[in-house]
Amino acid sequence: MRSGPVILTFLVGTALIALFFIPHHKAQAINAELLVWATVIYAFALILGSISLWNTHARKIRLKTEGWPYSLVTLFALVVVTALGVWQGVGEGTVVSRIYNMVNSPLASTMFALLAFFIASAAFRAFRARNVEATLLLVTAVLMMIGRVSIGEFIWKGFPGFTEWLLDVPNLAAKRAIAIGVGLGAVSIGLKIILGIERGYLGRSR
Amino acid sequence: MSVVETWIAAFLTLCIFSFLYRDNPFYRFAEHLFVGVAAGYLLAVQYQDVIVPNVWMPLVAGPHTPRSIFLALIPAVLGVLMLARVWERMAGPARWAIAFYVGIYSGIAVPGYLQGQIFAQLSDAVKPFAPGWGAINSALVLLGLLTVLAYFFFSAPHRGIHGAGARIGTWFLMVAFGASFGYTVMARVSLLISRVQFLLRDWLHLIPTT
Amino acid sequence: MSWMARILAIDRRVIFVLVGLGTAIPLLWPVNLPITVTPRVEAAYQTIEALPAGSTVLISMDYEPDTMAELQPMSIAVLRHCFRRNLKLIVITLYPAGPGLVEPALRLAAAAEGKERNKDYAFLGYKSGFQAVMIALGESIRQQFPVDFYKTPLDSIPILRGVNSYSKIDLVINLTASTAADYWIQFAASRYHKPLILGVTAVMATDYYPYLSSRQILGLVGGMKGAAEYEKRMDIFGDARRGMDAQSLVHVIIAGLVILGNAALLTTRKTA
Repeated sequence: MRSGPVILTFLVGTALIALFFIPHHKAQAINAELLVWATVIYAFALILGSISLWNTHARKIRLKTEGWPYSLVTLFALVVVTALGVWQGVGEGTVVSRIYNMVNSPLASTMFALLAFFIASAAFRAFRARNVEATLLLVTAVLMMIGRVSIGEFIWKGFPGFTEWLLDVPNLAAKRAIAIGVGLGAVSIGLKIILGIERGYLGRSR
Repeated sequence: MSVVETWIAAFLTLCIFSFLYRDNPFYRFAEHLFVGVAAGYLLAVQYQDVIVPNVWMPLVAGPHTPRSIFLALIPAVLGVLMLARVWERMAGPARWAIAFYVGIYSGIAVPGYLQGQIFAQLSDAVKPFAPGWGAINSALVLLGLLTVLAYFFFSAPHRGIHGAGARIGTWFLMVAFGASFGYTVMARVSLLISRVQFLLRDWLHLIPTT
Repeated sequence: MSWMARILAIDRRVIFVLVGLGTAIPLLWPVNLPITVTPRVEAAYQTIEALPAGSTVLISMDYEPDTMAELQPMSIAVLRHCFRRNLKLIVITLYPAGPGLVEPALRLAAAAEGKERNKDYAFLGYKSGFQAVMIALGESIRQQFPVDFYKTPLDSIPILRGVNSYSKIDLVINLTASTAADYWIQFAASRYHKPLILGVTAVMATDYYPYLSSRQILGLVGGMKGAAEYEKRMDIFGDARRGMDAQSLVHVIIAGLVILGNAALLTTRKTA
């Protein structure tokens, strides 16, 4: 039951790698078409995710678990926004667009803005120079926080230049090594998937 | 935004900020509303911008050609197979859709990361040092690259020269993570500034708009 | 309990109030601290500045409301710069909520610089599938975007005549809060050899210095500070510059808290 999908993965993955090397416009057109198919599958996967979201909250409502009225809010919003979006569209000037700007935009921004408070609290309580490495991290972080904003130049004219050096030399070196490591990891896992060595994406076998 | 919309946005902003005092019904209401609206919006966009032009139009609304129908049928069938995962016993057929999707992005990743990341970065690492005092910086960058790679090499124990190199690599990593932490603080504070600007300017009109 | 131990035990809501006040007070009573333009932002500015008038620029604005605080001021400043240089702009977004931010930014920038849609810029709208779009733009823009955001066929848009792929594009600019930046580097810069400038959130900025060194990107604008520097370079007073006083004060508060926490720990250890 699983060997068919594994062979499909191999064929599709190999085709995409081969198409990278073929500049002919017909090959690139095939490449583009295959990628469009992938975006269609992704759209259906999102529908699947929404069904899962529905089931989770519907169960909470049915069983009257703690916080179940809030699940009503979620499901109501999901149904209303989806229905309006499918019926009227989501472009500028539509009801969904106005709901998005009024509700989602401030909520999403504020959720992230909350992190500023928690970062400050966590930095005060947990950011400790317990050893050489932690001290290096702490000192660099403080130098960056002060040196990269306007007040840093006020304190010392050389601050911006020094923080630029920190970014251009030690930071660059470490991030380059991480980028190479990540690249090697991505290539390795990609090849393992294409060659059928890694099959975890297919789920548990029965 | 109109006055009503601004007041609603401000109310929801304050609902989220109320979590700073403690968890409360206003926060939980706003949180659940956010999940519902975000999921609904995403679904609507995918329907309008992906499913309608790539599946509905070629298969149903037209214009049709045998070629366009064939090219639309394959992703439609794969998409429906993906949806079939809702039923436990249909997990098998759904694997075909997952296999296709994973194959596509694995095939893109291999040459993409090789060319765009590995070769490009190695090529820039293996070049003559900058002239004059810049040679010190170039040497430090090369030292940092080699020692951090030594740190991430876990197939051999970190002992002797390898261990010393890995230790130096750790120092470079700590400087890099310190820089990242400083910038992360900057990013979060920027978002907070934007929300407070909205409350003080657009809602309470305590700050001029220009 | 010693006073240092009391400081360590302080309720976190006191810290929240400090951070809140540190944000609000400079916004209400600004002092307008000076801003220095850093080399990477200057490099981005000079790359656009060096383009001859009439050059075609592809701008992909890939972000959503949760990161608009950093990227929207940056986008407006970059758009205004391109308009001032009389460059032809093709604008797209790869995020579903992108059009709600891109459209107002374009309208604002175009109005400020006296530019017209279809004559000086075209907004093609949203397309799903990052890599799919980036690869497809190497073949045919019209296949991906048969009509623009306003449903106008691309063939009837004056600035898009003769432009159908990367081969006719002189510069790519990506303003993003996500891994879209990595894909633009892989495809636009490395595969199609297009000059590329990135504008990213501060969280991501430090990760892209290796690509600056390897010249895969020619300039980097990072976070609200980068946006403020670009506004300064453009002689614009936008939201980013307005926020810099608050940014400075909150950073000083947080750095001070870190130093105080460590000092308190050292002192309590010594007396123990």
